[in-house]
Amino acid sequence: MISIKDVEHVALLARLSLTGDEKQVYGKQLSDILENVRKLQDLNTEGVPPTAHVLDLQNVFREDRAGEHMPVDQVLGNAPDRQGNFFKVPKII
Amino acid sequence: MQLHYLTAHQLHDMLVSKQISAEELTRAVFERIEQVEDKIRAYITLTREQALELARQVDRARLAGEALPPLAGIPVAVKDNICTKRVRTTCASKMLYNYIPPYDATVMKHLNQARTVMAGKTNMDEFAMGSSCENSAFFTTCNPWDTTRVPGGSSGGSAAAVAAGEAILGLGSDTGGSIRQPASFCGVVGMKPTYGAVSRYGLVAYASSLDQIGPLTRDVTDCAMLLNVICGHDPLDSTSAPFAVPDYTSFLTGDIKGVKIGVPREYLGEGIDPAVREVIQKAIETYAGLGAVVEETTLPHTEYALPAYYLIAPAEASSNLARYDGVRYGYRAAEAEDLVDMFMRTRSEGFGSEVKRRIMLGTYALSAGYYDAYYNQALKVRTLIKADFDRAFEEFDLLLGPTAPVTAFKRGEKVDDPLQMYMVDICTLAINLAGIPAISIPAGMVNKLPVGLQLIGRPFGEGDILRAAYAFEQNTDHHRMLPE
Repeated sequence: MISIKDVEHVALLARLSLTGDEKQVYGKQLSDILENVRKLQDLNTEGVPPTAHVLDLQNVFREDRAGEHMPVDQVLGNAPDRQGNFFKVPKII
Repeated sequence: MQLHYLTAHQLHDMLVSKQISAEELTRAVFERIEQVEDKIRAYITLTREQALELARQVDRARLAGEALPPLAGIPVAVKDNICTKRVRTTCASKMLYNYIPPYDATVMKHLNQARTVMAGKTNMDEFAMGSSCENSAFFTTCNPWDTTRVPGGSSGGSAAAVAAGEAILGLGSDTGGSIRQPASFCGVVGMKPTYGAVSRYGLVAYASSLDQIGPLTRDVTDCAMLLNVICGHDPLDSTSAPFAVPDYTSFLTGDIKGVKIGVPREYLGEGIDPAVREVIQKAIETYAGLGAVVEETTLPHTEYALPAYYLIAPAEASSNLARYDGVRYGYRAAEAEDLVDMFMRTRSEGFGSEVKRRIMLGTYALSAGYYDAYYNQALKVRTLIKADFDRAFEEFDLLLGPTAPVTAFKRGEKVDDPLQMYMVDICTLAINLAGIPAISIPAGMVNKLPVGLQLIGRPFGEGDILRAAYAFEQNTDHHRMLPE
């Protein structure tokens, strides 16, 4: 069972602010889902390596060479707010 | 003649023999869209003028005597999580409601080179998280076979567009079944290629180790032709596999004598609608009749695919979706006190409830104290699931089962119970975890709703899958059925 305190902690880590109702609903739904996934722990996985990725690729390197670049105006074209050639954000501290 | 219901290969022949022009074809598809889109709602954005211009270019090239590539002038519906230069790409999310990519996804570059004509961007579950299109932040798409039902998801818009004649071809993406399950629900062909076969560059990431772009088409030949265009190594995607892309149409011989097909007993067991099971059993008989060797087999860790998926995919999503912070693009909440407040408000207002649920679940699974018990254990189980398939493919060329345990369900039926919704993907999730290719093809009807047959192959075994799918199609009429 996930407590409201757990929900609040996870929401903060994920940078989500939840309403009181959302905390209740997510608490219940996450508990149900975690209850369901708990069966994974029934499996003995001693000595089984984890698979994060299915392809047999290791480091994929490329030559250290400058390629094409997007013009700054295109890069900033979707910015919610900008000042000159910068993304503008509310005060940081 | 209804051009909008023909296949790409039929239309190509008509274009080459000058029975029709590309502009006529594009106009026919947009007339169809005008006719039915009110009921279906497959598209978030339509690109009519751009499409007509591209079609006219194809016509000019044809007049000048240039040879037309096989898909030249063919209208395509593109899922709205694939970046299209200068065309809004929303992921069906408030978070990206105004996002206009300054670049094309690699698959779009391929489609443009092949001179296809994009008709528009299609609806989906927000950020590809869902199985019914009901998680779109904008509206729900309806199933062309019964508009009170869902088209499946997350690529429900592309599947519905192809099924309703609102496009000839479609592109979707599949992380846990998001191409195959809507293909099954809408009665079209849908393929998830091998992980790494199609570049993910420009596909908005959901779960990067599982996501793969693939075709939604009206028949197997069109699927092979679209695969020919989109597959191949891409230096812009470091998880793209270097492999020689064959001509996938060369596998469409109709001959499957001696091909060994395994039927995992887990895929016909508990949780599968008996009527769906019956359709699959008939398909098994069809294959046996065509000279394939069909035998029962087992994938013993099947029941663990759902729990493993619902830890791995949300964990990757929680990391991938951290980028939506209101700084560089997309939605930004107004009136924030400071930067962190802006992150919190932007994300809380911009994401829908299923996306938040998965971000929360993934964040929890990766958080200190739970990482080993949940996320790392899921990765180990993923190894076991993949090993099941490896073992099965030592004995069999292909595996066969249903694509989904049910047919298209009513809108609203499962929205309040996430676990019930997740169960709709029990036959497809394991394939993504193993990174192998699979197709869904129309195999019959239950209560006037389509049922999909799933064929699963070895890594990079798309050709073998297409061979068997084509043989089935040529000996049945299911793919010729059209919704009213």
